[in-house]
Amino acid sequence: MSWFSQKLMPVLVVVLAIFLLWYAGAVGLNSRWAYDKAKRADVTLSFSEMVADTWSQDKPKLPAPHQVAQEIWKTTGAMVLRGKALSKRSLIFHGWITLSATVMGFIMGTTLGILLAVGIVHNRAMDMSVMPWVIASQTIPILAIAPMVIVVLNAVGVSGLLPKAVISMYLSFFPVVVGMVKGLRSPDHMQLDQMRTWYAGQSETFWKLRFPSSMPYLFTSLKIAMAAALVGAIVAELPINQNGGLGARMLVGSYYGQTIQIWSALISAAVLAACLVALIGVLQNVTLKRMGMLR
Amino acid sequence: MMWIVGSLLFWVLAWWVNMGLSHMPKSRLTSFVVPTLFGITLLILWEGMVRGFEINPVLLPAPSAIGAKFATSIPILWVDFAQTFIKGALSGYAIGCGAAFLTAVAVDRSPFLQRGLLPVGNFVAALPIIGMAPVLVMWFGFDWQSKAAVVVVMVFFPMLVNTVQGMRATDHMQRDLMQTYAASYPQALMKLRLPAAMPFVFNGLKICTTLALIGAIVAEFFGSPIKGMGFRISTEVGRLALDMVWAEIAVAALAGSAFYGCVAMIEKAVTFWHPSQR
Repeated sequence: MSWFSQKLMPVLVVVLAIFLLWYAGAVGLNSRWAYDKAKRADVTLSFSEMVADTWSQDKPKLPAPHQVAQEIWKTTGAMVLRGKALSKRSLIFHGWITLSATVMGFIMGTTLGILLAVGIVHNRAMDMSVMPWVIASQTIPILAIAPMVIVVLNAVGVSGLLPKAVISMYLSFFPVVVGMVKGLRSPDHMQLDQMRTWYAGQSETFWKLRFPSSMPYLFTSLKIAMAAALVGAIVAELPINQNGGLGARMLVGSYYGQTIQIWSALISAAVLAACLVALIGVLQNVTLKRMGMLR
Repeated sequence: MMWIVGSLLFWVLAWWVNMGLSHMPKSRLTSFVVPTLFGITLLILWEGMVRGFEINPVLLPAPSAIGAKFATSIPILWVDFAQTFIKGALSGYAIGCGAAFLTAVAVDRSPFLQRGLLPVGNFVAALPIIGMAPVLVMWFGFDWQSKAAVVVVMVFFPMLVNTVQGMRATDHMQRDLMQTYAASYPQALMKLRLPAAMPFVFNGLKICTTLALIGAIVAEFFGSPIKGMGFRISTEVGRLALDMVWAEIAVAALAGSAFYGCVAMIEKAVTFWHPSQR
């Protein structure tokens, strides 16, 4: 019960407040169009009619939550029921394209991040020369060069998933490097000395002490890296109209003023991000529990 | 061939020097020289590879070509910089971070709202908010206002989460001490809670510097007047004038690093008492 009132209730209240604000915002932003329409039709709208209209327009400035939910259902669940789950109009198809680029970039970024971190921890010269640049690389708004990376890679004949994955990789390697360096350095002097008294070599120290004790740090940074990878994949889909993906869906929506479509892509991206991060959270719990590191 | 061998030789040489330097006792000089030398090595490798393999400048221009383009098109770059960074990113950064900070202080008296806002804020901060860009461009028009709006939305939640966390950074002892001094709520806020929150606040501010620049540039892909860094990047890519694109990227990199550096310097002055600054 206390968990309910202490943790769940506040979150529910905040979420509810967001929904209320959303509905109110829809009224505020769409009322102009509702009044304009009524004026041309020579009818005067009562307040309740106006509100009903703002929540059911075709191309509203801000679609109401239930409109977005309907659109999402129409492009996912309903299409599955009709057996067209992978048609080009379904969000599952677009989500799958984005997801595969995200996961590919995430894996590449994580691998690169871990390798760099291992190098940085074991080699002083690398620590001093690479680390400042790793940090500096993130003050550069790298997403800005996303379109160029894609155009260039396309020109060399690399197209499809890889260019998007490269951008995801760039965004996701940084949290992994920083977290892993911290994690690999987390064993204290006592423990390292202990390894030395056991005559453990560098590789044994790494596999039996450094790597296991870096796990909590690794998982925390993996969550950040995953979210970053998804952002990278979506932005990578924005610049050129490609054959699919949630980002492309947003771009097409913005070309044709299909606000409901933009919002449904946006919400699906949010759900996707939440699922991916939650998945890593589960992996983290299972792994740390088996290693006996969970408090 | 000369170029490739030369640049590889330089790499080996620089690495050898760095190895030597890094085994000397750590000083200001070595911790400046080593990364700088590494950066120069990267540039020289890049130049050498581009010249040696005769890579088409449409694909990857050499650093020297980018530098030349940079030097000759400073007026354009400055106009773009003013449009995107000063008008779009900076104003959005100020509004967004300011609003988030004030919200965090406002909900400070209600632990209930704080407990609700933290998980929601953490969740939203992990979402691909950048996708809001087309919507906001539709709402606020093509000029810098829409870019500032994108920046506001992007920086709000990371900043909020960090500030709320910072406001909880004091421990019981310290708060009890304030109570024994009979400090009123505003007094305790100004003298204890806010100063103690500063490391967290600056952490948020630093994260937001990069987000602000990204938001402003990406928002320009969805429509902008005929100036701005994002606009220039997307049109010059279309014309395959990659040296200009790289020049814009250099500007973005310089602006981003300088912005981050400024915030880090202010942080150093404000939170001089924190262990991480000593």
